[in-house]
Amino acid sequence: MFHTILFYFFAIVLIGAAIGVIFARNPVHAVMFLVLAFFQSAVLWLLIEAEFLAIVLVLVYVGAVMVLFLFVVMMLDINVEEVSGGYTRYLPLGVLVAVLMVTELAQIIWLRSTPGISAAGFASTPDGYSNTKALGAVLYTEHVYAFEIAAVILLLAIVAAITLTMRKRPGLKQQDIAAQVAVRAADRIRIVKMDAVKPDTGSEP
Amino acid sequence: MKTLIPDFVLKAWMSLWGMLPPLMQYLVETTFWILVVMISVILTVAFTTYFERKVIGYMQGRVGPNRVGPFGLGQPFADVIKLLIKEVIVPKKSSRFLFIIAPLLTLTPALATWAVIPLSDTFVIANIDAGLLYVLSLTSVGVYGVILAGWATNSKYAFLGAMRSAAQIVAYEIAMGFALVGVLMAGGSLNLGVIIEAQAGGVSQWFILPLLPLFFVYLISGVAETNRAPFDVAEGESEIVAGFHVEYSGVAFALFFLGEYANIILISALTSIFFLGGYLSPFEGWTFLGDNNLVSFLRDPSLGWLCAKICFFIFVFFWLRATFPRYRYDQIMRLGWKVFIPVTIVWIGVEAVMAYLRVGPWSGLATASLAG
Amino acid sequence: MIFGQFSPAAPEITLLIMICIVLIADLFVEDEKRATTFWLAIASLAVTAWAVLASAPDAHTLLFDGSYVSDALSQVLKLFAIGTVAIGFLYARDYLRQNKLMKGEYYLLGLFGLLGIMIMTSANSMLTMYLGLETLSLSLYALVAFDRNSATSAESAMKYFVLGAIASGTLLYGISWIYGITGSLQFDGIAAAVRNDAINSMPLWFGMAFMIVGIAFKFGAVPFHMWLPDVYQGARTPVTLYIASAPKLAALALILRILVDGLGELHVVWQGMIMVLAVLSLVVGNVVAIAQTNIKRMLGYSAIAHVGFILIAIFTGSQDGYAAALFYTLTYVVMAAGAFGMVILLSRKGFEAENLADFKGLNARSPWFALMMLFFMFGMAGVPPWVGFFAKLNVISAVLNAGFPILALIMVLASVIGAYYYLRVIWYMYFDAAEDRSVFQADIDTRIVLSLNGVAVLVLGIIPGWLLTLCINVIRTVY
Repeated sequence: MFHTILFYFFAIVLIGAAIGVIFARNPVHAVMFLVLAFFQSAVLWLLIEAEFLAIVLVLVYVGAVMVLFLFVVMMLDINVEEVSGGYTRYLPLGVLVAVLMVTELAQIIWLRSTPGISAAGFASTPDGYSNTKALGAVLYTEHVYAFEIAAVILLLAIVAAITLTMRKRPGLKQQDIAAQVAVRAADRIRIVKMDAVKPDTGSEP
Repeated sequence: MKTLIPDFVLKAWMSLWGMLPPLMQYLVETTFWILVVMISVILTVAFTTYFERKVIGYMQGRVGPNRVGPFGLGQPFADVIKLLIKEVIVPKKSSRFLFIIAPLLTLTPALATWAVIPLSDTFVIANIDAGLLYVLSLTSVGVYGVILAGWATNSKYAFLGAMRSAAQIVAYEIAMGFALVGVLMAGGSLNLGVIIEAQAGGVSQWFILPLLPLFFVYLISGVAETNRAPFDVAEGESEIVAGFHVEYSGVAFALFFLGEYANIILISALTSIFFLGGYLSPFEGWTFLGDNNLVSFLRDPSLGWLCAKICFFIFVFFWLRATFPRYRYDQIMRLGWKVFIPVTIVWIGVEAVMAYLRVGPWSGLATASLAG
Repeated sequence: MIFGQFSPAAPEITLLIMICIVLIADLFVEDEKRATTFWLAIASLAVTAWAVLASAPDAHTLLFDGSYVSDALSQVLKLFAIGTVAIGFLYARDYLRQNKLMKGEYYLLGLFGLLGIMIMTSANSMLTMYLGLETLSLSLYALVAFDRNSATSAESAMKYFVLGAIASGTLLYGISWIYGITGSLQFDGIAAAVRNDAINSMPLWFGMAFMIVGIAFKFGAVPFHMWLPDVYQGARTPVTLYIASAPKLAALALILRILVDGLGELHVVWQGMIMVLAVLSLVVGNVVAIAQTNIKRMLGYSAIAHVGFILIAIFTGSQDGYAAALFYTLTYVVMAAGAFGMVILLSRKGFEAENLADFKGLNARSPWFALMMLFFMFGMAGVPPWVGFFAKLNVISAVLNAGFPILALIMVLASVIGAYYYLRVIWYMYFDAAEDRSVFQADIDTRIVLSLNGVAVLVLGIIPGWLLTLCINVIRTVY
């Protein structure tokens, strides 16, 4: 009962936030709505006891991805009028795609709920069941190959990004910290011992 | 002994309580504890500001606040009252809603994180399995307040501060996360309570020893995450006036202030938990001291030990501020990306190998038990 | 050793280790000695090829809880992919050096791409397939944008990236559908679920349609071919060579594994979709190629036409058809590598030989390489006795056996139209006066390999028997 109320509350906020993403005129507001939507989905996941996924969603998407997103959106000087001009033009197509997807989803739900087909609802997990532990176990056994490939893709993305963006400009002044730390007094100054001499009194300016 | 409350009131109260459905009881109880923790944190914040001014004052050969109340102890309250009765000025061209909500967004995560922090061996508001992840995700959410404040103000100084802060926090978050991976490997769990229990058995079992580099990385990243000196380029009052909160005044400013100090306390608490055994006593297992009440009080885990550790780290924060000049922005980035992240990654490897081979202080870690 | 159980996956593991070695080693190589990276890359390929041969399983072997499969098909595709990548690296070397593009990243990204191809050829689950595809695609996007000073490269990379991302999204969407219905990510699991209960469900067809769109994008089949000519033209020629050769093998694996392994039961349903794609590709590719003056673009449209042939072979749904598709892809990859190798050969410092006119009078400049180009063109056009003829013949006979004479007729007509633009290149080479008389700057090893490549097109055509038998045997063991 309480769960159901919570679910509907968060689901409604989620849908509202998602609508807000689309209709917000200001891109920064849209991003903030998206952040809200992520939060709400995380909460929904918590409700089905997928705590690891829920928290990681917040950690990765809200804490890192959306921050960078916000960063970029704030830097870009987006003309609000121009962006919102496309609404009416793309509305029919958008509605068509939306309707299509909704019918398909409805069909798939209907299909899975018909008896005979390998359908399984969410089973309540036993006490002491750790979502995180279970996920880790699957990740490192059953899906270890996919997991490793995903790691390779990240490595590749690093290589690709560096290939495309790193350039060494000639004449760029950079600090060499190691050289700075390694410097000794003797490298910089030379103490010259000089005999004291009497000033030549005759040629005083 | 006569109690202040008459017996029948107490009885009526108990029976009323019993009539509540369990769910409501649970909600009321939790809310009560949340309020207790929150108010304590906020009060601590108030005295932390006093503490800071005193510490820095003495370090600089001054006395610090000493006018309001005995030893100037009333100073924080005077400050709070002053801020509360001041006008909140919202700049005309700012984004009003975001401008006002931004300070709340800094404060809320800092307070919400306390939910999973075990304050003593028996008390924690929410004992959840993925506590460490929860802590990480909430600290990473804190950056929104700063960014939004900077943007919503619609001022160049504020915006510069916000951008600096965002880049800095994202960079140091990674190092922080990796440092916590080391803790997680050592503790064998994401549950903060289990992590603390894994350090039971005296100072030699605390994670600070096997994870010394990670401890420093975590502590310094924590300073950077809270935008404190010497990493306070987001405020940088000598270059960009006050950075993201340049236009804030009154209560809104007070909330930012509150958020910053709540974060300091939080980072101190987390560092104590992850590396110094949280509520555990440093004298644990010193049986040769005999067995009277005082000794066992000192030996037993308690909230007091956690507070002592927190106070020490708060002091470190102020000490750093009084000692170091501000980092230059590119140096901050260099330190984060090129020093801390490699250090943490290397140390995780070292930890794994050492635990596998069961060398010295690493032999007690949870990872070692997996080596079989 | 506990690692012994992973031995069927030795090729991928070896290649990944070698990539890491090259990655680290390249950091310490000075710019003038960049050839070291090249030799390291070649060594990596050699070691990987050895690993493929050494790990050859007796039969269908599953690994990693069924997400990896090692069978005859994957072995053959892997070996060919390694070979073409090696040839491509060699052809590219002189060009890169002359154009000051000799960077370790070209080889690294190339090796990463190969890793993606190998993962795809050995994929036995949707997840692995998708991840392999992403590995390959990411390397290709970066490779296309590799020359940062060229605006066209950047533009085509952007196009490729955006369209590729949409295609990946479509594929992934389809995968999620199929997973939602069948409850399995593995191809055998999907096949079993389809056979048992879900065969006639509309949502399944939806999911499949999405996946076919994604596959067609990656293959470059009409009407999802928009990126292909632009990318072929916009990328530097060594990169075009890379894109035009080895990834086709991966695309073949993609379509065979998903449509035949996973959704083979739905053959009747996907047959129609594939046929439309194939016929459109044949017609559009061949007709539009005629209008091109840029040889890279022309070869791009020709690639679309060849994709049409491969798709038709798969369309038949018979063992003959699959074998013909395999044979066609293998030989096409050899020819494409050679043809782009010729384009590279004609280029030199600051000059990109990308127009058809640049081939004018090639016979006067170098009769031997003109002959090689003639081999490649005749091969692609399908003139007997070059190998392309047998490839086409196989496909046509498979289609006739399956009972589609009209399709066979379309294929013959399309080939005849196609012959025009291949022969035009030959006409330019032999009957037009040269505008440009500079000497080729390729090293001797490049020349030798390019010559061997050309001769192979002829020799394979004269004695196609062993490769054909190999293809048929491979398909027999797998299906």
